[in-house]
Amino acid sequence: MGVLISTCAQGLIYAVLALGLFITFRILNFADMTAEGSLTLGGSVCAVLISNEVNPALSILIAALTGSLAGLITGILHTKLKIQAILSGILTMIALYSINIRIMGKANVSLLGKNTVFKIFKDNQISNFVVGFVICVVLLEILNLFFKTRLGLAIRATGDNEQMMRAQGANTDFKKILALMISNSMCAISGTLISQSQGYADINMGTGTIVIALASIVIGEAVIRKNLFLYKLIAVALGAITYRFIIFFVLNLGMNPSDLKLFTAIVAAILLALPNVQKVIQRSVKSVKN
Amino acid sequence: MLRIKNLSKIFHKDQPDEKIIFKSLNLHIQKGEFVTVIGGNGAGKSTLMNLISGSMFPDEGEIYIDNTDVTFMPEHKRAKFIGRVFQDPLKGTAPNLTIEENLSLAMLRNARRDLAFGINKENLAFFKDELSKLNLGLENRLTTKVGLLSGGQRQAVTLLMATLIKPKVLLLDEHTAALDPKSRDKILELTDKITKDEEMSTLMITHNIENALSFGSRTIMLKHGEIALDLKDNDRAQMDQHKLQDNFNF
Repeated sequence: MGVLISTCAQGLIYAVLALGLFITFRILNFADMTAEGSLTLGGSVCAVLISNEVNPALSILIAALTGSLAGLITGILHTKLKIQAILSGILTMIALYSINIRIMGKANVSLLGKNTVFKIFKDNQISNFVVGFVICVVLLEILNLFFKTRLGLAIRATGDNEQMMRAQGANTDFKKILALMISNSMCAISGTLISQSQGYADINMGTGTIVIALASIVIGEAVIRKNLFLYKLIAVALGAITYRFIIFFVLNLGMNPSDLKLFTAIVAAILLALPNVQKVIQRSVKSVKN
Repeated sequence: MLRIKNLSKIFHKDQPDEKIIFKSLNLHIQKGEFVTVIGGNGAGKSTLMNLISGSMFPDEGEIYIDNTDVTFMPEHKRAKFIGRVFQDPLKGTAPNLTIEENLSLAMLRNARRDLAFGINKENLAFFKDELSKLNLGLENRLTTKVGLLSGGQRQAVTLLMATLIKPKVLLLDEHTAALDPKSRDKILELTDKITKDEEMSTLMITHNIENALSFGSRTIMLKHGEIALDLKDNDRAQMDQHKLQDNFNF
């Protein structure tokens, strides 16, 4: 039971990251590499603030704002300076590596004995789960409402068909920048939760997290195939939790933890390719029948 | 309504592959006029549309819509004056959004995209009403994703979206060229109905000479970036397809 709850709790923390990446990767159609940097940025800003006795909730909020700044920079690089989407993200991500070390002053900051949002209840596992659940549900509902507003709808349409949105009089650059800011603040929030739950922030905590988030998104999409926007968000969150259970399972089978990234990459690649492979198979079956 | 003065556009200026599209183009289109534009490949038809809509800027000259200088106004800002339908039926709609979401976006052309709800329930009756005029049965499929519609249906929705908020200028860039004959007739029929509006000026590029003469009130032929022929009233009535075709080829 304890393992079940702690795995779920971990999944909920990563669900926030997956939701953030869903905004760029699926809604905006923008492969945003900033995420790994902004996750670490959130984690380190929050850790430094908390170790200086700032209120944990306030620290999360401030960290989220710094994350949105990272998104702003990527957005400006891409829309105003016309640098390719993926390269803009990589540039910001690399720059953030140095910035994060500057923020922490060293490669990691411990939160041992400090107050965190997870110290509401006596039992560590239960508070991890409850706090993770509440934050995740609140953010999910905010996103759901936001993407139903005029502005949110315009962002979705920009990702779907940018030329049409310009013809409809929308400033698509602004829409993209805004979506990147929202996405990266979600990544930063996820980073704050990771560092608080593991008790330290580390300069490498972001490495490989994009692939984890992508795997979560595609797992979620494979499980829930509804078109309603709310269901898509729920699918992403559930995908993140499912991913944690898969990892828990393969580790118990005796997989070397250092092989996890390879495993995650393979799972993500297979699931991303699946729809196309299915199409090819269907086509060849048809042609054989004919 | 639409005034183009001494417009010049050169691609790859001062380079070996320099191409002069327009040297000094002048065109004046009245309010309510429906102008069909013909011309061979490379005559500058699409460039003209792009310059008017702002997806490209000219090297020299001025463009006015209703006495507002829009020459260098960003594309999304001048979109409040301009409705556009592209040749590719996939370009005018957002495939992953529903019909009602697409139409709602079109309703916001002149409004702020703020945090009010994207779909205004009060608009739905209006959408149904407008969709039913298309005679495609789309009025009962408001929550269908646009990506599931056929090319002809999507182009009809695009045409509706371009004119839901009446623009001052409607630009149709070979908007029937990628459709099958049946859809093409349907879209042309709709175009004819929509452009009857007396407040809106329309420019329609077409490769079909017959359509160029039978639709609208004026026909211009572009050749090497110049207006080689400008047919109105009597001249136009007396012109027939074959005579125009000969003109085209010389």
